[in-house]
Amino acid sequence: MFANKSQTIDISNLCKSYGSVNALDDVSLNISAGEFLTLLGPSGSGKTTLLMALAGFVRPDGGSIRFGDREMITTPPHKRGLGMVFQSYALFPFMTVAENVAYPLKIRGVSKSDQKIRAERALETVELGGYGNRRINQLSGGQKQRVALARAMVFEPQIILMDEPLSALDKKLREHMQIELKALHQKLDATIVYVTHDQREALTMSDRIAVVNHGRIEQVETPERLYRQPHSFFVADFIGESISLPVTVAKGTAQLGERVLKSDLPIALGSGGHRLVVRPELLEVTPGDVPETANDLSGYVHDIIYQGDSVLVIVQHDSVGQINVRVPANRAGQIGLPSKGERIGLALHPEDTIIVPEHIS
Amino acid sequence: MSIHESNGSPQSLKNASKIKFEERRESLTFLGLSLPAILAILIVVFLPIIWLSSLSFYNAAGELSMENYARIYESALYRRTFVVTFQISIAVTLICVLLGYPLCYWLTKLPDRTASILMIFVLVPFWTSILVRTYAWLVLLQRNGIINSSLMSLGIIDEPLQLAHNLTGSIIGMVHVMLPFLVLPLYATMRSIDTDLVRAAVGLGSSPREAFWRVFFPMSRPGLFAGIVLVFILSLGFYVTPALMGGGRVQMLAQRIESTITIYSNWGAASALGVVLLLLALVMIWLMHRVFGLDKLFMR
Repeated sequence: MFANKSQTIDISNLCKSYGSVNALDDVSLNISAGEFLTLLGPSGSGKTTLLMALAGFVRPDGGSIRFGDREMITTPPHKRGLGMVFQSYALFPFMTVAENVAYPLKIRGVSKSDQKIRAERALETVELGGYGNRRINQLSGGQKQRVALARAMVFEPQIILMDEPLSALDKKLREHMQIELKALHQKLDATIVYVTHDQREALTMSDRIAVVNHGRIEQVETPERLYRQPHSFFVADFIGESISLPVTVAKGTAQLGERVLKSDLPIALGSGGHRLVVRPELLEVTPGDVPETANDLSGYVHDIIYQGDSVLVIVQHDSVGQINVRVPANRAGQIGLPSKGERIGLALHPEDTIIVPEHIS
Repeated sequence: MSIHESNGSPQSLKNASKIKFEERRESLTFLGLSLPAILAILIVVFLPIIWLSSLSFYNAAGELSMENYARIYESALYRRTFVVTFQISIAVTLICVLLGYPLCYWLTKLPDRTASILMIFVLVPFWTSILVRTYAWLVLLQRNGIINSSLMSLGIIDEPLQLAHNLTGSIIGMVHVMLPFLVLPLYATMRSIDTDLVRAAVGLGSSPREAFWRVFFPMSRPGLFAGIVLVFILSLGFYVTPALMGGGRVQMLAQRIESTITIYSNWGAASALGVVLLLLALVMIWLMHRVFGLDKLFMR
């Protein structure tokens, strides 16, 4: 048997509407071979529709989907050769763990002995070696998730689609599985398209994230660039914690009230005005006056909220309203922190000054 | 309260006796609530069965004997009745499966609203009197009934078909009565099958047909078996419809029991037939349980 090479996915001008609702509005997206790409968006954004169109369960109204150089738009789902992981795991309850994992091999006519060897090997990859004879209802949620993963990759597909596979797990297990899935992706030679509404999960796992909103892709970027340089208010607001303040933009410079904002980041074009996005952890608490090189957002401490790993300080700014600042809960973070009612110096450095359009053009 | 008291014997646990009393009161309440039903079943079902079964061990002269059972075994007429009863029950069950399975499958594919409206059509006959339904079938199927006259006016047949007052009529009528008993458990089971499972099978490479047989059908099996058991057992003892639609030409077990009493007023012989029917039904349930695992169906 020769090793499968992971494949590129090229989506262009994909459209799908349900009545007057555009679930997919002229979506184009190129995914590299071997990439871990996440479709991130709120519920109803169209991310699942896009994934189901890739799988072949949703028939688009128009557009093109290519795996490698093969056009797939009219190919029925069972001929697309995909590995799939569902939110509900979708394990066959009347089969054992091993039978579940061997299912894709069985329908591909792999011999019984090979089925057994490869199923066991796939189970070992997800750390469930020796669980083959268990029944599905004897497994915990995390174990079921691993079986579903093993079943999706046992036949070495070039592309694996995952539809919110971790959302049914509790927080701790979910975070553990995120790290494991990422490691697994590095071992497998497969392109992974992953759907989630959890921005933290997307940031943790992905090579690139495509933010989906109202059936359109707002931005496709690496996690870090997406976080630090969002192109639209939606992306900035959906990813990470932030508060936003309306600003006016003219000739490439932004003004917050009377003051000109210093920013190293490009200001994206759009409609509906612009907003300054302030992430609580990017603000610096300055003991004295805010340096000339930074933007001054100083105000008075309104409240201090202890949150374990960090402390959230709610600051009442003189003119723009409330601004949140996050400081570490360790000693270093607490030194020089004023108490309630006192004045607090807040510096927003030009490299952290994110200004985004309300709507993407 | 000291540490010694709380670690002592159960009696010294705080409020232990009050809690015990409350527990007992609760279980007595449940017993009290179910007592009427238990009594009703005892008086209306078990006592008559015991009385009838004891009758079957007395011959016409009122002596204790196995005569009634021996006659069932020896008489060609009785043996024939058993064979016909089984044949009809199997045929009815089979036809119900062939009609009911695709119907249920189709219903699960429909939007919820449409499916529930169509379900009402399946159930309406279920709520009308068997007698009314059977006479309605007689009107439709008789020699100069609607079916025969329309087939003849269309020139499809020259002579009226014998659709009622025979085996065909009995089976048509029985299938109609029995179909809901198959559809209800089967539809409930099919509705509970996660659609993602079939999707997963197709997504992993099965053709839709393969996904149906490898995933959907095995998962619908418990409901199908429950329906089969219900239809078959009910058919074994069915009286009204075969009696009316069969026109005296078809003799199933229940009719034989009836004629044994009304014509020959032989309560012993009739009771023996009843006991055999009851035992047969129990054996069938046990067999199906062994083959299909009915316990899995009712205990999830």
